[in-house]
Amino acid sequence: MNKKGSGPSDAFLQCLGCKKILFSVEFKQNLRVCPHCGFHHRLSASERIEITFDPGSFREVDADLRSIDTLEFPDYAAKLAQAEERVDRFDSVVCGEATIMEHPVSVAIGDFAFMGGSMGSVAGEKVARTLERAIDKRMPAIVFTASGGARMQEGLLSLMQMAKTTAAVQRCAETRTPYICVLTDPTTGGVLASYASIADVILAEPQALIAFAGARVSKQAGVGGRVPDDFQSSEFALAHGMIDRVVVRKELRSVLGLLVGLLGGADGR
Amino acid sequence: MAAKTWREWEKPLIELEEGIVKLKQMAKDAASPKKEELESEIERYERALSNYLELMYNRLGPWETVLVARADKRPYTLDYVSAIFTHFVELEGDRRYGADRSIIGGPALLDGFPVMIVGHQKGRNIQERQYRNFGMAKPEGYRKAIRLFEMADRFRLPVITFIDTPAADPGVESESRGIAEAIAASMQKMFEITVPTISVIIGEGGSGGAIGLAAASRVLMQEHGIYSVIPPEGCAAILWRLPEKGPEAATALKLTASAALELGLIDEVVPEPLGGAHRDPLDAAAKIREALSRHLDELAALTPSEVKAQRYEKFRAMGEMR
Repeated sequence: MNKKGSGPSDAFLQCLGCKKILFSVEFKQNLRVCPHCGFHHRLSASERIEITFDPGSFREVDADLRSIDTLEFPDYAAKLAQAEERVDRFDSVVCGEATIMEHPVSVAIGDFAFMGGSMGSVAGEKVARTLERAIDKRMPAIVFTASGGARMQEGLLSLMQMAKTTAAVQRCAETRTPYICVLTDPTTGGVLASYASIADVILAEPQALIAFAGARVSKQAGVGGRVPDDFQSSEFALAHGMIDRVVVRKELRSVLGLLVGLLGGADGR
Repeated sequence: MAAKTWREWEKPLIELEEGIVKLKQMAKDAASPKKEELESEIERYERALSNYLELMYNRLGPWETVLVARADKRPYTLDYVSAIFTHFVELEGDRRYGADRSIIGGPALLDGFPVMIVGHQKGRNIQERQYRNFGMAKPEGYRKAIRLFEMADRFRLPVITFIDTPAADPGVESESRGIAEAIAASMQKMFEITVPTISVIIGEGGSGGAIGLAAASRVLMQEHGIYSVIPPEGCAAILWRLPEKGPEAATALKLTASAALELGLIDEVVPEPLGGAHRDPLDAAAKIREALSRHLDELAALTPSEVKAQRYEKFRAMGEMR
């Protein structure tokens, strides 16, 4: 198991946090959280959907949106094809509608396995549509982030997705549409500096990497400054007032359901 | 081997320009017929210079554009503020934590009408650069911008932002105080306000640090500015693990004004004097001023709700997919 969060199909695997050997079955039942140290391993978008929303309630939309290599960027077309093949999707964001504890919600889920969860035109479009769908259908929006940042291979087009998604968040605010964002490991760069940081409620899973700049760059820039041990983690963001709660995976569903109910939900307006 | 700085790349130009200055000095003190001889020499040099300028600047490649956009002789925001506006009153407070000198702002008059100015500010010498944090804004800078955007909205002043930053400040302190949130909130405010907004990218439009002030009704870009999701050196480091391949990455990223216009991501390229804005800052300023006045006139015809809708639709439409 080399890659963070990618689990083997064998009977045993090793926790990425404490390195203890775990039973695969037990690990899965525990939502890919280590029973010994509590380390939250990464989830695919499908796994996230399965453990979060009411069983069978998720209906995907816009699954056929695909990136174009507008810039003819070196190796982008090949990398895209490879990611599509491996993840069996066309992009890093999966979106649609679901219910959570019987409340209808418009949802988007980032998947780190697809090119590091990077945000290009398609990811930005799906997040914007998710928020607009919430506005149109008068239901709350829930977005799970997992992203290394903007997709370099789409150049300025990907930078503009920050503005596009932010514009949609502002429209949610103006239409009193509750928007909840859940930061999962990792949430960085352009995603953190746009829709992830300005939700009505921001939750995070424990020990997720939450960073604007790469840790190396940050520490270099902070010459002489003390760098705390938990720098750029969920706990660090919580302590600095940037997010609202750190929630363990097995409680996320109920906390989200509760919030959706409290903030208005389908008929609260 | 590509040049690493604009001085290195401009070496022949700079030498010619220096030669002309020297010759002119000599001609001033010389008597006939030596004087006439020197004057025809000067003429010859000046022709060569203008040929060189045209040759080098009319075919500026992406990497050379990066060098020019970063040139420390290039006019910075405050140079344009003093050349284009009158009665500028700088307002420094973010009302939250502290002063950030890498973003300046305040009200001023343009053609006799009040506007709100916000812009990144770089420094020219070592002390100034440190004072301006190399044009890399901290959360306080964006929070000051938010405050000024709100004030502009309250008093119905159109907003003009000048973009010139390598990136937002990536340090531990900035991260601790929420640099990502500050950038996102600044963009969000630019979508919330109902006055017209114009952004001008005058040098480096460096990723999140730039878009944080550039979610505007109109986005203009000077001919030799750059606008990019990542610095070319950083891109090269990720792609090929070779930061020195910046020139190749600059080409791949399509970070020039003409490329951004072609992609439909900016509204207009503002021309620069031959040889770049640093050769004739006042002419460069006059060209920006003309564009600003024209766009402000057009935007003045929109109602507040039309201003908001136009801005939303403009950014909403950005993205290429199938």
